[in-house]
Amino acid sequence: MTVFIEPITGRYAHIEIDGTPHRIYWEEAGAGIPLICLHTAGSDGRQYRAVLNDAEITRHFRVMVFDMPRHGKSSPPAGTVDEDYALTSDAYVAQILAFCDAMELAAPVVMGCSIGGRIVLHLALRHPDRFRALIGLQSSARVAPYYDTSWLDRADVHGGRICGAIAYGLMAPQSPEADRDETRWHYMQGGPGVFKGDMWFYKVDGDMTDKVAQIDPGRVPIHLLTGEYDYSCTPADSAVLARTLGVDLTVMPEMGHFPMSENPKMFLEYLRPVLAGIRSA
Amino acid sequence: MFQTLTHTVAPGSPVAAMAPGLDWQLVLRTGPEDHAVTIRDGAVMQVTQGPFVMPSWHTRISASVEEWRAFLVPVPKPGHHDIIALLRRGAVQFDGDLHPLMAHLMYVKRMFETLRVAE
Repeated sequence: MTVFIEPITGRYAHIEIDGTPHRIYWEEAGAGIPLICLHTAGSDGRQYRAVLNDAEITRHFRVMVFDMPRHGKSSPPAGTVDEDYALTSDAYVAQILAFCDAMELAAPVVMGCSIGGRIVLHLALRHPDRFRALIGLQSSARVAPYYDTSWLDRADVHGGRICGAIAYGLMAPQSPEADRDETRWHYMQGGPGVFKGDMWFYKVDGDMTDKVAQIDPGRVPIHLLTGEYDYSCTPADSAVLARTLGVDLTVMPEMGHFPMSENPKMFLEYLRPVLAGIRSA
Repeated sequence: MFQTLTHTVAPGSPVAAMAPGLDWQLVLRTGPEDHAVTIRDGAVMQVTQGPFVMPSWHTRISASVEEWRAFLVPVPKPGHHDIIALLRRGAVQFDGDLHPLMAHLMYVKRMFETLRVAE
């Protein structure tokens, strides 16, 4: 019997972020142009398994997915487990730059979803010359609060159950059930208060409404893709962003907030041409 | 609209098993009509249509008849597919004690999904 072993390697890197030592877990596959993939709030890098496993992509791209501190296998830095966690724009940018610097990556492509789709806008504004291209999945300048996020971290509500249930609704009903189940399972495994803490960036600190017009897509190409079933970052939200930036938006039918993990097979059909365009540019 | 819940979320059903110990008096409001849903140990024991003289309930979920219908079709359109999607659009209102709703949110979603198959 032959065992199928995926061509993904996972390792830990000891990286200082803003002067604080971190043990960051990352997975990678392939060789070529670095492609950093940023997971969504309250989840981890497992969301990008299909991208890491896609031979057509890894033939030309070194796909790298790191777990943000407090997410997946990247534990909180020593002595901070009990601290209140609230992700800021500055801290998120610092994580990404620290990872790129530690890995000595020259002009990587960065693709992020949700909070990752927001932070690529911050990267475009603050560090446009460091990146070859940016890809925003479920990307918008802001998301107005539409539910009370304090429910995500209460002693009398199981955090894993409610985070999983919130994530479940953001997916398209047409997405394969097994993939939807795994996507919400990632949320069910998140640490206490992590999803809520990420929402601080998504809904408050990371608001780019007044700054998007300052981004120059002439300095770094920006690609936007949004699933039609996403009610957090709606296609209308992404369309406003695209118009302001003057870039194209691809709306993906029958897809929700987690395209790379809720329906990876369909998502790759959208991603491959984008990456081919970046490679040939 | 909700009467079949006594069958789809009956005692011993997979959905009832998701909320062991949950005793909940839920009201589902469709436009002007109230439907009282009595839940014991996670199972829907009774669904009674109002009007009620002295209703007593923990949580009420209200939406227009049109919104409920669009929500309960087998494959809803974007923005109509999830109870929180309705909240995002301002198409649904939650009243009363929201703890049973939020603490059992996946159970509630599965409960409504049984109506999509049954109706």
